[in-house]
Amino acid sequence: MMPLVHRLIFWETPVEIGTIIYSLGCFPTQADLHDFTAEVEEGHTGYIHLDKFLPVMTKVLLENKYPPIPEDLLLQAFEVLDKEKKGYLEPEDLTKYMTQEGDVFTQEEMDEMLTALVDHEKNLIYYKDLINLLTIDPDM
Amino acid sequence: MGNGTIQEITHCFLFLPESSAIRAALLIQRWYRQYVARLEMRRRCTWNIFQSIEYAGEQDQIKLYNFFGFLMDHFTPASSERNLISHIFRENEICRDTEWERYFCYKDIEVPDSYTGPHLTFPMTFCGVSKLVEAFKHKQQLHARYVLQLLGETWRLLRILPNINQVSACHTKEITICGDLHGHLEDLLLIFYKNGLPSSEKPYVFNGDFVDRGKNSLEILLILFGFLLVYPNDVHLNRGNHEDHIVNLRYGFTKEVLGKYRMHGKKILKLLQKIFSWLPLATVIDHKVLIVHGGISDTTDLNTIARVDRHKVREPTHHAVNGSKTQMMNNRNREAGGLVEGRRRVCSLTYHSSAPAYKHNLPRRSLHNQPTSSQLNWSVEEELKRRRRQAGFDQSYGELTKSDSDSDPESGETTETDEHEWKQIVDMLWSDPMPQNGCSPNEVRGGGCYWGPDVSEEVLGKHNLQLLIRSHECKQEGYEFCHNRRVLTIFSASNYYEVGSNRGAYIRMGPDLVPHFIQYQASRTSREFTLRQSIGWTERSALRALKEQLFVHKSDLISAFHEFDPNNTGLISLSHWASVTEKVLNLGLPWRVLRPQLVSSTRYGMVDYHQWIRELSITEPKLEISDNSILETMYKNHSNLETIFRIIDTDHSGLISFEEFRQTWKLLSSHLKTEISDKAIADLAQSIDFNKDGSIDINEFMEAFRLVDLSAHS
Repeated sequence: MMPLVHRLIFWETPVEIGTIIYSLGCFPTQADLHDFTAEVEEGHTGYIHLDKFLPVMTKVLLENKYPPIPEDLLLQAFEVLDKEKKGYLEPEDLTKYMTQEGDVFTQEEMDEMLTALVDHEKNLIYYKDLINLLTIDPDM
Repeated sequence: MGNGTIQEITHCFLFLPESSAIRAALLIQRWYRQYVARLEMRRRCTWNIFQSIEYAGEQDQIKLYNFFGFLMDHFTPASSERNLISHIFRENEICRDTEWERYFCYKDIEVPDSYTGPHLTFPMTFCGVSKLVEAFKHKQQLHARYVLQLLGETWRLLRILPNINQVSACHTKEITICGDLHGHLEDLLLIFYKNGLPSSEKPYVFNGDFVDRGKNSLEILLILFGFLLVYPNDVHLNRGNHEDHIVNLRYGFTKEVLGKYRMHGKKILKLLQKIFSWLPLATVIDHKVLIVHGGISDTTDLNTIARVDRHKVREPTHHAVNGSKTQMMNNRNREAGGLVEGRRRVCSLTYHSSAPAYKHNLPRRSLHNQPTSSQLNWSVEEELKRRRRQAGFDQSYGELTKSDSDSDPESGETTETDEHEWKQIVDMLWSDPMPQNGCSPNEVRGGGCYWGPDVSEEVLGKHNLQLLIRSHECKQEGYEFCHNRRVLTIFSASNYYEVGSNRGAYIRMGPDLVPHFIQYQASRTSREFTLRQSIGWTERSALRALKEQLFVHKSDLISAFHEFDPNNTGLISLSHWASVTEKVLNLGLPWRVLRPQLVSSTRYGMVDYHQWIRELSITEPKLEISDNSILETMYKNHSNLETIFRIIDTDHSGLISFEEFRQTWKLLSSHLKTEISDKAIADLAQSIDFNKDGSIDINEFMEAFRLVDLSAHS
């Protein structure tokens, strides 16, 4: 794990801390990310030093602090939004929830989500089929 | 706010319907953001793969030329390679321009009635160039006569242009700045469509790397040169590192020209060689914005650049060779420490002299023997004798660094100035920015340097500039700022690595000198890919390329694995697998992250490496070769071999003799420091069935060994 984080920070344009944590298989909420960042950020520079990040991240991983969301729970979440139990969601409805409730999406995030999840022919979101996007590689 | 449990959500649903929607939304948002982050990481990995392989190829190229340079200095008259080398490097520099003009004359070339392509009249007009653009849009080919005529006019014009184009942005017009095009005609056409054709009202700067890789390099050149001829004050071309005939041998431009113009291709290439050497090196807007292809170094001085004889300075590739030669020597003896190490080491490119060896009139450029009188023939032998005298006899390769300090007193001011000048040019065309301060040799590319934000400040400050615009590196969004927005990279070839890999972009800039970006992506299909789909496509392509690299290094990998498997269990731990693979391939990639896509299964965290290697075997060659080691050498050195072949094929006929073929292999085996027996070469030659006419068709030969991916998961 360590060489990956190190190299990516070194080589590329800066990576967001959330991206790194997510890609290590963790599922923090926005509040979790906020707390994590506060713990490791260099003052208010907007940058994080690797030396500070590594021990905190290691601890998170060892404690399994932000475990993944079980598939059935995710399905339930979609079903809560799908009040009439149609088996799909309209893009407008999903947009309303994603951009108005919880840790709201930006317009850009919403556009991206719709491009990725909407069935282009029917213009609907068949959430049951999309759940498998959650799958994590077993050996990571 | 923790993770919801099933009970919690259903509980909430029953009693507090609004808050359950919030919880559900939170869950979905969290899930989706994780998904996007994983995609982003995959994209970065894929990018890394393409970029590492690309730069490793460039480094390879430079190493090859480094090797030729070494041979030039160190072989004795008795050496059997001598003829081949002098054959390669002889040049008749003394030929005057008038002689060249006669050689390039188009007048005797007839255009047949059957020709359906565009007819050009000179002097070039806007209508003429537009007609040319339309013709190329419809995939027509320009007749060789017109090609030579257009190129001839271009050559004449370029010779009177200065090294640095000075441009002014005024209130009536904005300047458009484009980056690398690399033969992607569809991108150039897209730019013209979105932005308009070049004209006095619409000035353009094209920042180098017009050719190689894409398949319409020549069409792009002809269009750009056409507009240059019509609007010489409003169209500005900067030279890129690919405007170099030696680089073109490897990266496809030479092949493209010879393929399209069988009869006159050689002449066209020769004329282009001259044109490239005469391309300006930089453009400056309002004395405030500097535009160069690669970048700068801590020694960059625009006054020096403005003064040099740019066409006389040796091939930048050649210079990259010489410039970093001392470094290369050191490198050879060092462990493969990985690219991260390389960048951190800050040392200077200042050259402590193998200087005497690289004097002004070095006959290294040529690929052609011109049939001129013996008076004009430069004597390679004399040159070599002189340089050997200066450099000292009997130096071994490794010892050269030591003797560097005993430089010959004869190497006076002139030589040092020459060195300084060409280093400046190489740096301008090959360098890349880095995040940390300092300036160190660019070992990934093999030429130029890495420069840090402090160097940007210093150089821009020294010249009273506010912005450096450069290209040279592919960027996902087509452009990218760095060094505190003092340096801007602009890249105009979309889908550069693969369909969907990146956007292209161009800059519009008005008198306020604030850059505005327009992005685009040329696509053959009208459907838009989702994020997931385009990453998948690009990723598959990158992994294919990577598997190819792994495949050609089979033997090295297996012997390295054996070192970590003393009991011969056939298994190796994941971390050893990762470190060995990196050591052998030296691409600086995150192997552990890539592992799931490269290794199909593991047993309790251990890799069965024999099985893995077997799975990688993705091709059968079309020829029967008994000697396996030659086969591997072939695959591993595919590009080098082709480059050497094309150099040897001095008349660009596409054919080489058996003797030349044998010498090529001998040369390659010297370079690689491996043994390739005469018998093995003879067998190889025999199996190609060249005996019919005593010569080997290069294209057929390379085709036979091209790796074909037969794997199921492609």
